[in-house]
Amino acid sequence: MNIVVLVKQVPDTESPRKLKSDDSTLDRAAADGVINELDEYAIEEALKIKEAHGGEVTVLTMGPAKATDSIRKALAMGADKAVHLVDDGLAGSDALQTSYAIQQALGRTGFDIVILGSESTDARTGVLAAMLSERLGVPQITLANKVEIDGSAIKAQRVTDYGYDRVEATLPAVVSVVEKINEPRYPSFKGIMAAKKKPVETLGLGDAGIDAAQVGLANAATEVVDFADAPARAQGQIVTDEGDGGAKIAEFLASKKFV
Amino acid sequence: MIDFTLTTEQEELRRTVERFARETVAPVIGDLYERGEFPYDIVAAMGKMGLFGLPFPEEHGGMGGDYFALCLALEELARVDSSVAITLEAGVSLGAMPIHRFGSDEQKARWLPVLTSGERLAAFGLTEPGGGSDVPGGMRTTARLDGDMWVVNGSKSFITNSGTDITAFVTVTAFTGDGEISTIIVPNGTPGFTVGKKYSKVGWSASDTRELSFEDVRVPAENLVGERGRGYAQFLRILDEGRIAIAALSVGLAQGCVDECLRYVREREAFGREIGRYQAIQFKIADMETRAHTARLAYYAAAARLLAGEPFKKEAAIAKLVASNAAMDNARDATQVFGGYGFMNEYAVGRFYRDAKILEVGEGTSEVQRMLIARALGLPPA
Repeated sequence: MNIVVLVKQVPDTESPRKLKSDDSTLDRAAADGVINELDEYAIEEALKIKEAHGGEVTVLTMGPAKATDSIRKALAMGADKAVHLVDDGLAGSDALQTSYAIQQALGRTGFDIVILGSESTDARTGVLAAMLSERLGVPQITLANKVEIDGSAIKAQRVTDYGYDRVEATLPAVVSVVEKINEPRYPSFKGIMAAKKKPVETLGLGDAGIDAAQVGLANAATEVVDFADAPARAQGQIVTDEGDGGAKIAEFLASKKFV
Repeated sequence: MIDFTLTTEQEELRRTVERFARETVAPVIGDLYERGEFPYDIVAAMGKMGLFGLPFPEEHGGMGGDYFALCLALEELARVDSSVAITLEAGVSLGAMPIHRFGSDEQKARWLPVLTSGERLAAFGLTEPGGGSDVPGGMRTTARLDGDMWVVNGSKSFITNSGTDITAFVTVTAFTGDGEISTIIVPNGTPGFTVGKKYSKVGWSASDTRELSFEDVRVPAENLVGERGRGYAQFLRILDEGRIAIAALSVGLAQGCVDECLRYVREREAFGREIGRYQAIQFKIADMETRAHTARLAYYAAAARLLAGEPFKKEAAIAKLVASNAAMDNARDATQVFGGYGFMNEYAVGRFYRDAKILEVGEGTSEVQRMLIARALGLPPA
């Protein structure tokens, strides 16, 4: 099985994140780059599918040269090889353009299943899986917290606001995962050492057959027109227990869709 | 030659263990410590990550790393908790290492895969009730060959990892003749081998430390580790390396004190300001960082000599001495910075304070380290 897992490098959520004042893009130099947290679950799921059904796991990353750190970590966790889409012309691409660029890169790798985190902790658009499957003309299974593969059939459980959807599709397909799906492994030292020797193919726009006029900040379909710092955290809400504390907590949790 | 920069892979290992300690150890260790419970789940998770196999070759399930890789992992674990770190340290350098270094091919094939994966633990039975630093003078345990069986008699004290549910065996040092010391594998559960109940300890409360007794315990002759009569040389080698590991663990505790203080002094206010704005606090933290940094350089230097195959006895003793002092001094200063909260068990620095003292005692007291350094300088024995 040819499993491709999409990995994005994002600024560490534990360090302060900001946009640049000149072009409203993310200041990637301001914070340490780490693997987007939900993508770690995607990598783990890809590895589990490989362990159960055989095949090969390819990491596909679009991002600046610095993103090799995240690629190496994904390889250390156990992925077999990587494709790094890196080109100055891609800088500032929005979700629509990213889905196009990834589609072109997938044309080179081929795939039976594409797995990715359901959103990134930086842009948080959460639309890549849908856009990508539309472009590829394959089924999309988003927000999966359980995935089973049986031959060319894929069954999944999707997390929704009201509970779960059980869905089925035929491979090839695009699957986005949520954090409840598994427990990502920590790379072992053997994995870290082995990652050094695993192949990483670097693709520029031309290599991937990407039309430069369809990517990059200048050609983006969306534009950041304004931004502001996040407001300081407001004081928490204090609930005084007048015999109905439990009910009030349940009400609060329900309003936030935690229960 | 003068370069203490970690390689990309070492740095990645360090970060991985740092994250593991923060995400997996930190949230649960306070409770385990309070109840004196052995951290089985954490040990299993460390096994999965390959930490128990770090310095061993891949043929027996190891990770193909080296002793320095183990030290990096110990430092990062001890920044969060020393019970977990000492469980790994003892499991690797006292449990599996004697088998790896001195064991027969059969012993390696039988034991190393389960030890390097962390599924089982082994312990090293050296210290006895009558002698800590005074080895072999205070040692009384004997093993005599009866046909094709060793018959072991005696007792051992303060033996780490010797009584967990996953302990496979204890490697026991014993007199096998007049002035002749050998090491023998005694599997847990062998008739006559009694594992005492856990000590009530001042620190390292989530680790397993016990007294052991051996009464006509019979094990096969092939349980001898390495050559008969080589026990003294064997444990000297194991202890020399172990000092570098304990130094790394001590540096972790010393650094953990800095970590905790840096967080706290930005939150805690007194006399209308964050306490981190007061020079009295800043200087304390600067001193703490200086001790941790100096001690780290000392253990890196000792590890570099070990890996290069050069003599490292003096450097290991210096590293252990400097690092255990740094841990003790930093723990004292960190609790002072925390004030009354530092005396509460729910704060990590309180745990660090309780855990620090043993570092000046275990695997060679500070006095023994000074003696080794003096000997290395050519000063005569007393």
